[in-house]
Amino acid sequence: MPIIRADLGRCEGYANCVIAAPELLDIDDQGSVVLLQQEIPNSERSRADSAARTCPVSALTIDE
Amino acid sequence: MSDTVVVVGSSVAGVRTAQALRNEGHDGGVIIVGEESHLPYDKPPLSKQLLTGSWPVQRASLMTAADAAAARIELRLGVRAEQLDMFGRRIVLANGEVVDYDRVVIATGASARPSPWTARSGIHVLRTLDDCLGLRQALRADSPVGRPVVIVGGGFVGAEVAAAARALGREVSIVDPLPVPIGRVMGPEIGAHFIDLHHRHGVATHFGVGVQAVEGSAGDLTVQLTDGSELAAATVVVGIGATPNIGWLAGSALLLDDGVVCDAQGRAIDAHSAYAVGDVARWLDPAGRECRRVEHWTNAAEQGQSVAQAICHPDSRPHHPLEYVWSDQFDWKIQIVGRPLRGVPTEVLGQFTDHPAKAAALYGDEDGLLVGAVTVNWPKALLACRRLIGLGGSVAAGRAQISSSPRDRIAEKSAPGLIS
Repeated sequence: MPIIRADLGRCEGYANCVIAAPELLDIDDQGSVVLLQQEIPNSERSRADSAARTCPVSALTIDE
Repeated sequence: MSDTVVVVGSSVAGVRTAQALRNEGHDGGVIIVGEESHLPYDKPPLSKQLLTGSWPVQRASLMTAADAAAARIELRLGVRAEQLDMFGRRIVLANGEVVDYDRVVIATGASARPSPWTARSGIHVLRTLDDCLGLRQALRADSPVGRPVVIVGGGFVGAEVAAAARALGREVSIVDPLPVPIGRVMGPEIGAHFIDLHHRHGVATHFGVGVQAVEGSAGDLTVQLTDGSELAAATVVVGIGATPNIGWLAGSALLLDDGVVCDAQGRAIDAHSAYAVGDVARWLDPAGRECRRVEHWTNAAEQGQSVAQAICHPDSRPHHPLEYVWSDQFDWKIQIVGRPLRGVPTEVLGQFTDHPAKAAALYGDEDGLLVGAVTVNWPKALLACRRLIGLGGSVAAGRAQISSSPRDRIAEKSAPGLIS
């Protein structure tokens, strides 16, 4: 199953990923991304791709 | 689907459209035509990390040649699209070549509004990588540190250039006929805090004052203001907005009116095979029943995604745009969502005046609905407002949600005296 990875050094709290994939991602009180689950089920794949592509600082990657 | 999609424009809207087409399963050709010869790059860092030099240029890459090859995206860069022939479904390029398409996505963006003032040299605008590198040279290079920079325009670009120029040790002044920075977006009450931000970081401000003329040449410029005063400058930066790049579409039969007018999924009006995304596109907002252009990064990326879906899955749902923009100025991470000036700032949580600041201004309309929010160093509060605005939530719900986060409760403080 593909997994999503977050680079916390890059994350700036823009939260576009949370809007794109709320089942997979959130941000904490400091504005850093939180992975709610690392494995991406098929049903969430399109939203995960969208989350990665709408991150302005490319902090998310998807490993097949 | 095996159609060939040609995307005209190589900035974020165009690149994200091309990438999303592949993600959505488009199997035919994807070609990006771009006027600039640089590989696709991202624009937000141009007024921040690339201007100060804290990032190497490659870090702003949106798509490398290897990325493009891996996604089977053909890049045709360094050549301008000159004409769109919708009946022949072809694009004529400035070098005379012709590119045939089944679908075209117009993503030609906007250009910096040129300076209405002319001097022999030393006046800059900032929109492209070349603009950025030229301005960076002027701000650093061998020029003695401390030589003054005058920035005309206190919007996002102007304010960020001010912060970058201060970081490079320059003396900086901002001039804007509006009473406060980013005044068209957030209004005078909250904008006043942004004047304080500039002053705390050593930027002289001249808000509510216009520019009469700029004279001289690079290193020795004089900026004459409408109040009769004069500012000396080595460099002048003019950041007074942008205009959509639609000139090449004249005669194309597309409906053009401050951009390419589109339906709620980005299809150009009365055109079956043409779409537009990003700064050049004026999409119908189904909620507001109006067409508007939104010159923000997130909107460009989302529209690219939305058009790719519309092309690959014609029954996909329309995109509901919600303005969202950020700006990094000194030690403030500013985030703005919605359209604040459709209401007034009825609730202020946290403190703009703390060091470090952490604050959220919630704007409500006359029915108490949340219409916009401005936050500083508080991404979680911004996210709460962004979700609520999308759902038609109230200011009261926004306050309750933001205040319910235990670590933030202590910072809660409403400021009823701020507005009458």
